[in-house]
Amino acid sequence: MKSAQKSLHSTTRILVGIAGAVLFIALFVPIWQIQLTAPQYPEGLELFIHADKLTGDVQIINGLNHYIGMKELHKDDFIEFTVLPYIIVALGLIGLLTAVVNRKGLFFFWIIFFALFGILTIIRFYLWLYDYGHNLDPTAPIQVPGMSYQPPMIGYKKLLNFGAYSIPATGGWIMIGAVVMAVWAFLKEVKFKKKKI
Amino acid sequence: MTECNKNNNFNSNLIILLMKNKLIKATLIFSIVTFFGACKPKTTADAISGNAAQKVYVAPGEHDEFYSFTSGGFSGQVAVYGIPSGRLLKVLPVFSQDPETGYGYGEDTKPMLNTSHGFVPWGDQHHLAVSQTDGEYDGRWLFANENNTPRVARLDLTTFTTDEIIEIPNSAGNHSSPFVTDNNEYVVAGTRFSVPFEDEDGDIPISTYADNFSGAITFIKVDPQSGRMAIDFQLKTPPVNYDLSRTGKGASSGWFFFSTYNTEKAHTLLEVNASQNDKDFILALNWKKIAEMVKEGKGRKVKADYAHNVYDHNTHSATSTILNEVHVLDIEDLEGVAYYIPCPKSPHGADVDPSGEYIVGSGKLASLIPVFSFSKMMKAIEDKKFDGDYDGIPVLNYEAVLHGEVQKPGLGPLHTEFDANGNAYTSFFVSSEVVKWNVKTLEVVDRQPTYYSTGHLTVAGGNTKKPYGKYLVAWNKITKDRYLPTGPELAQSAQLFDISGEKMELLLDFPTIGEPHYAQIVPASLIVDKQKRIYDINANNHKYVVKNENDTRVERSGNRVDVYMTLIRTHITPDNIEGIRMGDEVYFHITNLEQDWDLPHGFAVMGNNNSEVLILPGETRTMKWVPTKVGIIPMYCTDFCSALHQEMQGYIRVSPAGSNTPLRYGTGDNAPKE
Repeated sequence: MKSAQKSLHSTTRILVGIAGAVLFIALFVPIWQIQLTAPQYPEGLELFIHADKLTGDVQIINGLNHYIGMKELHKDDFIEFTVLPYIIVALGLIGLLTAVVNRKGLFFFWIIFFALFGILTIIRFYLWLYDYGHNLDPTAPIQVPGMSYQPPMIGYKKLLNFGAYSIPATGGWIMIGAVVMAVWAFLKEVKFKKKKI
Repeated sequence: MTECNKNNNFNSNLIILLMKNKLIKATLIFSIVTFFGACKPKTTADAISGNAAQKVYVAPGEHDEFYSFTSGGFSGQVAVYGIPSGRLLKVLPVFSQDPETGYGYGEDTKPMLNTSHGFVPWGDQHHLAVSQTDGEYDGRWLFANENNTPRVARLDLTTFTTDEIIEIPNSAGNHSSPFVTDNNEYVVAGTRFSVPFEDEDGDIPISTYADNFSGAITFIKVDPQSGRMAIDFQLKTPPVNYDLSRTGKGASSGWFFFSTYNTEKAHTLLEVNASQNDKDFILALNWKKIAEMVKEGKGRKVKADYAHNVYDHNTHSATSTILNEVHVLDIEDLEGVAYYIPCPKSPHGADVDPSGEYIVGSGKLASLIPVFSFSKMMKAIEDKKFDGDYDGIPVLNYEAVLHGEVQKPGLGPLHTEFDANGNAYTSFFVSSEVVKWNVKTLEVVDRQPTYYSTGHLTVAGGNTKKPYGKYLVAWNKITKDRYLPTGPELAQSAQLFDISGEKMELLLDFPTIGEPHYAQIVPASLIVDKQKRIYDINANNHKYVVKNENDTRVERSGNRVDVYMTLIRTHITPDNIEGIRMGDEVYFHITNLEQDWDLPHGFAVMGNNNSEVLILPGETRTMKWVPTKVGIIPMYCTDFCSALHQEMQGYIRVSPAGSNTPLRYGTGDNAPKE
């Protein structure tokens, strides 16, 4: 009985294993994207946030941002790009390990790690968006009184003549999938525990 | 329990599980929220109605209703489009050389491009003004500005030719130009770049801009009969930039309004430094009073060199004179004729509505449109409602002059024109749209997107006392995907709107030459009946005219050879010329003897370091040729003139320098024989 309590439900192991495995994909594809539309940009503009860099129309967006006094986006300004790949690798490995080693302790450690990572990332992202949207150059050519340009964290927001859509990219959907699997596994474990009692 | 039942149980259990399971519900809700939250709102698709095609189709053989005289921008020329078809009718050479006609290449037209800096082969043509009588177009002349080497041109609208160009001294960046007073008394030109005046030391550090540089507003008098231009006087002003201006009319006749920016007096990084002040100004000028002051002897003479070039349709050639003096008044010395109206923010346009009562300021970085009232302005002046002064010129109190503000009209208003129904149409560059609003109530009536980022717009007669309305053209700055791509460099785009109804209707999208900054849309009826079809050969007073084939000849005077030549269907006289030598300068004086409609001839010589010349019926043109090689050099007519155009050719024999080949010439039986 005691050994049964320390090991995991088989569904849990599968879920965590898959979650861990797919997380690695997030290293090679963009995680988040911001799509921009404007009347004079029929071709649209896009910004992709990867684990380790920014891709898309970064240069064009930086050029436009200078009119409103927004800081330029540069990879080197974000320590996250150095640290994030390691965290994702760690999450992936620990997930796979949990599935193999089949230990409840490791599983809960992974869950807490994942949860903290998720919460911190969301907070960090919000703070960056706030900073860039509010700390504007006071000598900027275009100054609309009271206006700030904080891009949306998720969803749509109009900023002057630009419509900004902030949505997950491939990597983001994968992570969301991994979160779903993690929660499912967590509930499985907790319910199973309850059932036993 | 049968297998069937077991399955049913399983299915229903699954559904219950799915519905009860909070996790799955949560995931579903989350996904839906994300999906819809991230959904792009639908943009209003182009509502091109079915009969747009009919409204712009001008059937074969039919004519357009309006001429659009459209500026060529950095091409230096003026383009003529037909409205509503959007068809390009002609490109008129004004400030740039035109090798197609020989404008600026041939000896008769080269003087047109002469300046105090010497010969300038290119210009930057921004704005146009059709001559006005009592605040309405009279269709006699078209005035055009040159922004780079400050000049104003006058085109004759019976011949569609550039007949006069006057340079503007003490000026740089002739942007706020040309704008006519409501009875064509003056063509007014203001500067965009302030510089030291010609009677001051110009070799000074650029950073002394605020103290030593000056703006200039020039009043060019126009002779009401001949159209001849002469600079009556100039105003020397503080170093602010003048962007656009408009004459007062009706109630405000006698006044002129200029949008000014860079009141920060910046001389570097203007993008930032000229955008700092919350408000710049509209300068209100009582030009009638100033002109009287000049008559009374106010002001001083300043020594400045500037060219005045005139083309004569009887001598078919241009003469260039350098003038040396201009009459200048310092604006600070004048009382009661100049006032500043505060206007947010880096205003581009200062536009006067047809009644003359309302003045619209379009601040290109502003998020509202202020509309000022002329009668309120006069009252504010009377009541001395000033908020201090700027360099000695009284600044009126904003609220005291304001009629009202159009709130949240769009982003980046630039320029406004009007229809005859009390509506204003403003172009918005940043939000890429045209917005229609009511001048009195200040309410937005309609908005339509432009493709893309419109700069100026033109309403037929939109700057006059009685606009024709009906059509509006938005002249755009960004083209991208509007037409078939043509490599990285694309033509500018223009959209034609039907503004006869409550809502504006997009009719047509057409590409333009150069970069149209502005246009004047004039009813064809004002112009078509006065058109010249040929030049009367009997009135031809060209120095080297030949009115008869018998008078054709070749004459030598030292190293200079003059060829007196005629062209008529379908031969050149003389078409065989011998005795030209290396080291000669040969001048072909070619007269087109035709007196028939649409029968130009062209003329070109092989290897000529020069362009061809186009000669209209009854005209004479002089083309210079310096022979480059010994041998036989062909010449021919370049403009298809008749069934045997291909046979309209000739030969020139070039002998070595110092040879004694006799000078012989002729056509047919008169051609030199062995």
